Amino acid sequence: MSRNTEVFVIGGGPAGLSAAHVAAKLGATTLLVDDSARVGGQLIKQTHRFFGSSNRDAGIRGITIADKLQQDVKEVSDRLTVLENTAAVGFYHNKEAGILSQKAYERVTYQTAIVCTGATENSLTFENNDLPGIYGAGGVQTLMNVHGIKPGQKILMIGSGNIGLIVSYQLIQAGVEVVGLVEGMPTIGGYLVHASKIRRLGVPIYTSHTILKALGTEGVEGAILSRVDEKFQPVPNTELEIKCDCICLAVGLTPLIDLFQQAQCRMVHVGELGGLVPLHDSSMRTTNPEIFVAGDASGIEEATTAILAGRIAGARAYEATHGKSAQAEAIVAEAREELRTLRSGSTGERIRWGRERVLKEVGEC
Amino acid sequence: MTSLRIEHHPVLNFPERKIVNFYFEGKQYQGYEGEPVAAALHAAGIRTLRRSPQKDRARGFFCAIGRCSSCIMEIDGQINTMTCITPLAEGMHVKMQKGHGHIEP
Repeated sequence: MSRNTEVFVIGGGPAGLSAAHVAAKLGATTLLVDDSARVGGQLIKQTHRFFGSSNRDAGIRGITIADKLQQDVKEVSDRLTVLENTAAVGFYHNKEAGILSQKAYERVTYQTAIVCTGATENSLTFENNDLPGIYGAGGVQTLMNVHGIKPGQKILMIGSGNIGLIVSYQLIQAGVEVVGLVEGMPTIGGYLVHASKIRRLGVPIYTSHTILKALGTEGVEGAILSRVDEKFQPVPNTELEIKCDCICLAVGLTPLIDLFQQAQCRMVHVGELGGLVPLHDSSMRTTNPEIFVAGDASGIEEATTAILAGRIAGARAYEATHGKSAQAEAIVAEAREELRTLRSGSTGERIRWGRERVLKEVGEC
Repeated sequence: MTSLRIEHHPVLNFPERKIVNFYFEGKQYQGYEGEPVAAALHAAGIRTLRRSPQKDRARGFFCAIGRCSSCIMEIDGQINTMTCITPLAEGMHVKMQKGHGHIEP
């Protein structure tokens, strides 16, 4: 079987849902595929309140934002088809792609594609890092917040970025003892407001420390930590043993870029954005003119900025088929202004730097 | 059902679901219908899901969203099934897989 659409959106997280909603609302026939059982992306497990911005999702929990985005796409269901449990498995030449569900493999022909594949969790190199009981922070959130099961009774958190801090708090809410928070840098990586919550609850914070080894043979029984020097090398004789039954790794994310490479988009490595990302302009268009990008696949940020970039990509993808539109232009202008506000200030510095580097490469900055 | 199941949560409510029986290595266990097989096993206290092909090391789930393949097992005879995204159903037979598994020619 084959399907034909004007806009083809890959990934139903905050970026993809927003892009599909905007494209369909403006009037483009749109198809969205997502490989998981339910759209919403990682928002369906995020119980914390987002900072958002004054006019977008400030103080709202991730799970509520997911519900809202799911409602939004239902509103335009006459033009938008959503296929869950369906993975985009490859691009072909001449605007064709393949999608695979549990039932069938189908061909999709499209005018423009918006790729919102998100990111994958990083691991960390240490002895026994493959033991059962060592989980990614996203895995822990899925188990705990989607399925209602604790990862263990005593957990050690590695990484003090916002994810490490927020998931530590969520673990405590679920009744798990967080026996320590380990950070290689001399200071906490995430926002102070998140760190203060953890500190008030008495979680020991080990800055300038790393994990040398997980203990156990059939599963985690503990960990050996060590102090690190300013070059992040372990300092001898500073080892410390911690008892725990699981270890959570919150050590960053890497954009999922396979489809861009297959579509022969030019890639650029920007450390501030999490690694290799497809080059794209401020309309979120890649160097392959029929392919757009939004969300973590364009550089690791968070859900609010993913929603806004998705809106820009959705509006521009609509224009690619239907021509210039004042309504689309207004959506883009509004989203750009909100993005500028969200990325301002000292906390947005790294992201701003990374984003500017991408735009410089395409000659926009 | 076990102490790993969250009973009370300040933000979330977990709705009542149907309890089903399933088998792990021939022994009977209970879990909730539709939850991932890996989640049901974890709640039952089982976290070694397979042995690695070369060094025979214990492996559990890692990503829980069907990305990393760390949780693959044999379900009802089907090898290399990602248990973290396979919904649990009544009467399922779940087995540990050695290495890459074996398919009868």
